[in-house]
Amino acid sequence: MRKGKFAKFASLAVTGLMLMALVSGCSQQTSSDVVKLGANLEMTGNNATFGQSAKNGAELAIEEVNAKGGINGKKLALIVADNKSEAAEAANAMQKLITQDKVVGIIAPIASSSVIAGAQVNQDNKVLAISPTASNPKVTVNPDTGKVRDYLFRAAFIDPFQGSVMANFASKSLNAKTAALYIDNSSDYAKGLAQFFKETFEKNGGKIVAQEAYLAKDTDFKATLTKISSTKPDVIFVPGYYQEVGMIIKQGRELGLNMPVLGGDGWDSAKLPEIAGAKALNNAFFANHYSPDDNSPAIKAFVAAYEKKYGAKPDAFAALSYDATMMVIDAMKRANSFDPVKIKDELAKTKNYAAVSGSITLNETHDAVKSAVIIELKDGKQTFREKINP
Amino acid sequence: MEAGSIAHQFVQQLINGVSLGSIYALIALGYTMIYGILKLINFAHGDIYMVGAYVGFFATSILKLSFFPALLMAMVVAAVVGMVIERVAYRPLRNSPKIAILITAIGVSLFLEYGGMLLVTPQPRTFPAVFAAELYNFGGIVINSQQIVILAISIALMIILTYVVQKTKAGKAMRAVSFDTDAAKLMGINVDQTISFTFAVGSGLAAAAGVLVGIYYNSIDPLMGIMPGLKAFIAAVLGGIGVIPGAMAGGIILGIIEAMVSGFISSTFRDAAAFGILIIILLFKPSGLMGKNVREKV
Repeated sequence: MRKGKFAKFASLAVTGLMLMALVSGCSQQTSSDVVKLGANLEMTGNNATFGQSAKNGAELAIEEVNAKGGINGKKLALIVADNKSEAAEAANAMQKLITQDKVVGIIAPIASSSVIAGAQVNQDNKVLAISPTASNPKVTVNPDTGKVRDYLFRAAFIDPFQGSVMANFASKSLNAKTAALYIDNSSDYAKGLAQFFKETFEKNGGKIVAQEAYLAKDTDFKATLTKISSTKPDVIFVPGYYQEVGMIIKQGRELGLNMPVLGGDGWDSAKLPEIAGAKALNNAFFANHYSPDDNSPAIKAFVAAYEKKYGAKPDAFAALSYDATMMVIDAMKRANSFDPVKIKDELAKTKNYAAVSGSITLNETHDAVKSAVIIELKDGKQTFREKINP
Repeated sequence: MEAGSIAHQFVQQLINGVSLGSIYALIALGYTMIYGILKLINFAHGDIYMVGAYVGFFATSILKLSFFPALLMAMVVAAVVGMVIERVAYRPLRNSPKIAILITAIGVSLFLEYGGMLLVTPQPRTFPAVFAAELYNFGGIVINSQQIVILAISIALMIILTYVVQKTKAGKAMRAVSFDTDAAKLMGINVDQTISFTFAVGSGLAAAAGVLVGIYYNSIDPLMGIMPGLKAFIAAVLGGIGVIPGAMAGGIILGIIEAMVSGFISSTFRDAAAFGILIIILLFKPSGLMGKNVREKV
């Protein structure tokens, strides 16, 4: 028995040594031939479908570039870190990607709160992060100093634009005179969107008749919805994420609130119809970055490539993550270097870059200036309603 | 807002509150029963509710069971889980200081939450629609068939529980153990078995609440038990911890208060109101609405 145990131990030790040799061999190789890009994404938790789509988009971009021979003979690799859809975890994941994995650039989280939580890590370590979709202005501009965060970028338009697009849609296309706001109070994104919706809607002569709030992970919305229903608004604006929005729409429709419901890009998930039920998702509209049903050739080619690889239609998170990755790669090419600081300098100069979600120019606050689309839900299915230019 | 609309809103909020409150009541019953018999606040109780919701989820989505068999299965599995937890985590500590068991209960709670995450992933899942939600509209007051089912099942379970506790031999044993464990033992009551039985019943009720919530709100996740667990604890304290009718009343009162606060004051004050009640009750009437003031023997 004893001998057997020893033999087992010895063989384990030998295997361990061999593994270690293998691993160190690999890492030596990576430092010379492979350039690492990080992705700090919502792989699990409440926004998991966002992170999964974004990972797919980024992987597709890297695969395409590698198939064409990479950059300057070097291949790209994507290192994914899970931030569990939580802001505190996002800062940890950012730290890990930069200090342990030594990535040269990072695809930042989807949710604005998570990007903001990790922003200081990027600034301190001088490694850029570009969020595919974080749309709160505070992502790229530090609200305490009013200065632009040099290392933070986004491939998306910002909430003032998104909020005003929905407010204009409500007052012009839907002829709404009154609106109720039901806001996710735990999200910077939702609060920002609500604020800009309110400003534009009131400027258009509309009136906000109710302003209510909920917290992420709440499940019972009926009491508040009953209160909203008593103010009889023409439309309800629910800027939040699909998990709660789905339940809000379901419970609202059950209480007989049949007016149009509006929202932002946080609605874009295949889970929304599952949670709300297809029947409840009529007369519902949200602003988004792109629609897979758009007929532009760039979108058609991207949708075809994505469907071939993943067997599903790409949502906006996949498209914008693809765009964000391509923008970083484009900056690397222009910088002709893998130095994180030089890549950041070039990325800031991005102008008229032909991306899937439209032509992207980064302005002085590192926000993408580009068009938005409005998606209408019909029996839970997304349909392209209209495109709105900045 | 005119008076008619306020009255109308009040009735609607009452309906919302009662359906939410009957869930709290079901969970609170288990809390109160276990406290009554062991003087233990079983913090893992909210997580048993989560286990019940998941069993119900797998029973309906994978085994394709219909509503009642799935509900029954969830209750049975949770009852077994409750008994195992008692046997493994609480029984060995029965003679240790109360604080040791309390800490163990928190440990069990965390174990179930994060073990659940490992087992079923942290992703929220969508509960299949086991029966359609039909809406009944009475002059603007909307009642959902699911709300009626939740209320009916809760009331039915509470009636069965009252019958079991008051009229059966096992119930008599439970009351005896709760009243005086040592004397009950001397009278030939199998205390271990009685405590096991209490855990089984309490866990089964929590599981029923879990399945009902899964169907009603359509979404479950491994951490879903934390908040309702705390709220049910408040409900149990409000009604008088250890008193079964108190837990039922406490649950429903808490549900109604929450609905009224979100409806007439502000939705952001809802949780503050619930925890405020806990503080007020503990300050002014620690024995709860229906509890008797028992003087501590020194």
